[in-house]
Amino acid sequence: MKKIAMSLTVLFILSISLAVFVGCDNSGNEEKTIILATTTSTYDSGLLDYILPAFTEETGIDVQVISVGTGAAIQLGRDGEADVVLVHDRVQEDAFVADGFAETRYDVMYNDFVVVGPSDGEINHNINVGNTFTSIFDNELTFISRGDNSGTHSRELLLWNNLSLNPADNPNYLEAGQGMGATIGMTAEMEGYTLSDRATWLSYASKGDLIIVCENDPTLLNPYGVMVVSSTLRPNNSKQFVDWLRGSKAQSLIAEFGVEEFGEPLFFPDA
Amino acid sequence: MLTLQMTLLSTAMSCVIGIPLGLLLDKARFPGKRIVVLINRTLMAAPPVVIGLVVYLILMRNGPLGFLGWLFTFEAMVLAQTILITPIICGIVYTASQRSASNIRAFAITMGASRLQTQFLLIKELSNEIYFAAIVGFGRAMSEVGAIMIVGGNIRYHTRVMTTTIALLRNRGEINQAIFLGAVLMIIALIIQVIGGFLKRREERTDENI
Repeated sequence: MKKIAMSLTVLFILSISLAVFVGCDNSGNEEKTIILATTTSTYDSGLLDYILPAFTEETGIDVQVISVGTGAAIQLGRDGEADVVLVHDRVQEDAFVADGFAETRYDVMYNDFVVVGPSDGEINHNINVGNTFTSIFDNELTFISRGDNSGTHSRELLLWNNLSLNPADNPNYLEAGQGMGATIGMTAEMEGYTLSDRATWLSYASKGDLIIVCENDPTLLNPYGVMVVSSTLRPNNSKQFVDWLRGSKAQSLIAEFGVEEFGEPLFFPDA
Repeated sequence: MLTLQMTLLSTAMSCVIGIPLGLLLDKARFPGKRIVVLINRTLMAAPPVVIGLVVYLILMRNGPLGFLGWLFTFEAMVLAQTILITPIICGIVYTASQRSASNIRAFAITMGASRLQTQFLLIKELSNEIYFAAIVGFGRAMSEVGAIMIVGGNIRYHTRVMTTTIALLRNRGEINQAIFLGAVLMIIALIIQVIGGFLKRREERTDENI
């Protein structure tokens, strides 16, 4: 009886002290850290894991990455929860700057979007995304949309819009509401089509029978921009990070990332 | 092991809050008690994503507890977990004590026990149910993804636990690694149960000897 009381007391004290300990630990680190809100493509592809250790080693600043869709990442910036935002949707980025949430938007790198689909599907490899989207629509082929307000999702909607098509009129148009990788996985399982950034496509491990059916169309270019959030509590760290990202060291790391593993770069630096 | 730290800490906190609350809920008589019980029952089934969102809003920089700077930290995850699990533990303890507590109390008072002693006796007599409540809470804490993804942000080395890693691996298409990690998680759960069961049996045996 006493024993249980004792062990409960010990448990309680332990939990309190652990909480206090962890609390101290975090506040001590706060000086040397930033929160980077970014898109799933930069993180899930492994790019940030590849380049960030060099930055931390150089400056001692720990970059805490939260990878969500572009829309969600920008919202984190608007709420002041993130210090730096690295995303790929020019329209949302410009609005972010125009609304005063950041002073400037900087180019960092670009890659391109590709349309992927089943290798034995109705669409053969081509370089015209307009035709590709039109035949998906006309033939009512299965198309998996991100549906999550991400950069890729905005681009996809823009492409439909340019063709004056309403994708929802295709009964086989589905919205996944998930990250790029998960969406590719669904597309493979459902033998459908989807729009993906090249980086996630190349690094995604379970492609199934999917191949690229459309690429190298000029309208598929995919630039990434970085912005320091104006309301950041860590302006110096944040500025240091953005300067580093645009500097020669990071730019060459970006250029070499993935070459060994995938035979081609996943991102092209352009700061 | 961030996963174990988070799980154990939030289960412990929930027990510390939930067990007395459950006993109190049974003992206390007050108007509107049925409504409190109803709320408790509802919270037991609260979707983690909703709890995650609420905790997110509270911890946001502009939120009521924003000054703590807890969003996207270990503390935020423990807080969300504790809010999720406490009602479960409280509810189970309440149900258990409803069945037998009044008898035990009556017995203790007959034996001339003080109020504190009565409480301890109660906890001891209900130890099976309390153990069960803790196990359920622990399981919930360990398997949680939705809430801690929102409030923790799945930041590597800081707020990434095994379940959110599995979600990330799935996003990367590394299904094999994901399932491997899932198996590890199951084994940890098994080990914890074995240790818990062992401790409990030993406790019972020493009690019999007394």
